Amino acid sequence: MINRFISILALCLLLGTGAAQAGVTLEAFKFKTEAEEQHFKDLIEELRCLVCQNQSLLDSDAELAHDLRAEVYDMIQLGKTDEDIIDFLVARYGDFVLYKPPVKPSTYLLWFGPFVLLIIAGLLLLRSIRRQQKVPASEISAEERERLDAILGNTTSSQGKDQ
Amino acid sequence: MNRYLRYLVPLAIFAILVAFLYRGLSLDPKRVPSPLVGKPMPAFSLPRLQDPEATLGDTDLKGKVSVLNIWATWCVSCRAEHEVLLQLAQTGAVDIYGLNYKDERDKAKQWLVQLGDPYVANAFDADGRAGIDWGVYGAPETFIMDKQGIVRHKHIGPLSVDALNTTILPLIAELQATP
Repeated sequence: MINRFISILALCLLLGTGAAQAGVTLEAFKFKTEAEEQHFKDLIEELRCLVCQNQSLLDSDAELAHDLRAEVYDMIQLGKTDEDIIDFLVARYGDFVLYKPPVKPSTYLLWFGPFVLLIIAGLLLLRSIRRQQKVPASEISAEERERLDAILGNTTSSQGKDQ
Repeated sequence: MNRYLRYLVPLAIFAILVAFLYRGLSLDPKRVPSPLVGKPMPAFSLPRLQDPEATLGDTDLKGKVSVLNIWATWCVSCRAEHEVLLQLAQTGAVDIYGLNYKDERDKAKQWLVQLGDPYVANAFDADGRAGIDWGVYGAPETFIMDKQGIVRHKHIGPLSVDALNTTILPLIAELQATP
């Protein structure tokens, strides 16, 4: 049983590393400096592959991801800025290529919705706290207060009245 | 009043949640809306499939209602929709152009001989660069352009007879009627 578990685990690890190796086939691209290569990787990691929708252009081994990586690489070599490259892809594939959607009217709910909910929850919490603070005061009758004073002794009775 | 609210508010929230989740079930994440709809079609100029010496470009599609179908012989669903394209061509409602996407020329020509040719002409996009400009991410895809060359509709995935009758043909008729 345990042996079986270990062999399955080993298989998963093997498949996992295989997939990782297959995904990143950046050897074909030549970079002058390491910083340039890192910049390229950072940029394509922010972009989503449209074929394997939960993979970035960096991870995906889809045919289209290969083509788009080459396209991004060429644009970097031509000295295009990150914005130019992102605009190029958004114009063709839409906001879907961005892992971080832009703030605009159609995404207001997405960006600000959680904060609105947080504020509403905060207000509700505040209201119920206030309500609870009022409750004990009204529940003690004059009779009960007298008894309380008697238990606590005369010294506290004046303070109790002041409140 | 307050007592009813205590039960009605969670019920209302639950109902809204169910509505959103139900809608989410019927959405296909593979269908990414194209930002090209409503914009002029991307410029391109490519060698023709049948005659590499001649070119086919966006200028050939302008001045009339046109359909651009992205296809390839390696694409299984393209074979599935081919019958529908032939049917659309037979109506004579519109000129269908093809963008043969990342394919082999001989195979593509053979495909048209074997299965029939619904296209007026085909552009041969060997490296897929024009495909990127059209935002292609999975063949088959079909674009419909109006007379000014503005993209009016994008159909993702294989065309069906149902889509042809309910969406494509009515839209073409509408675009043909407007100057």
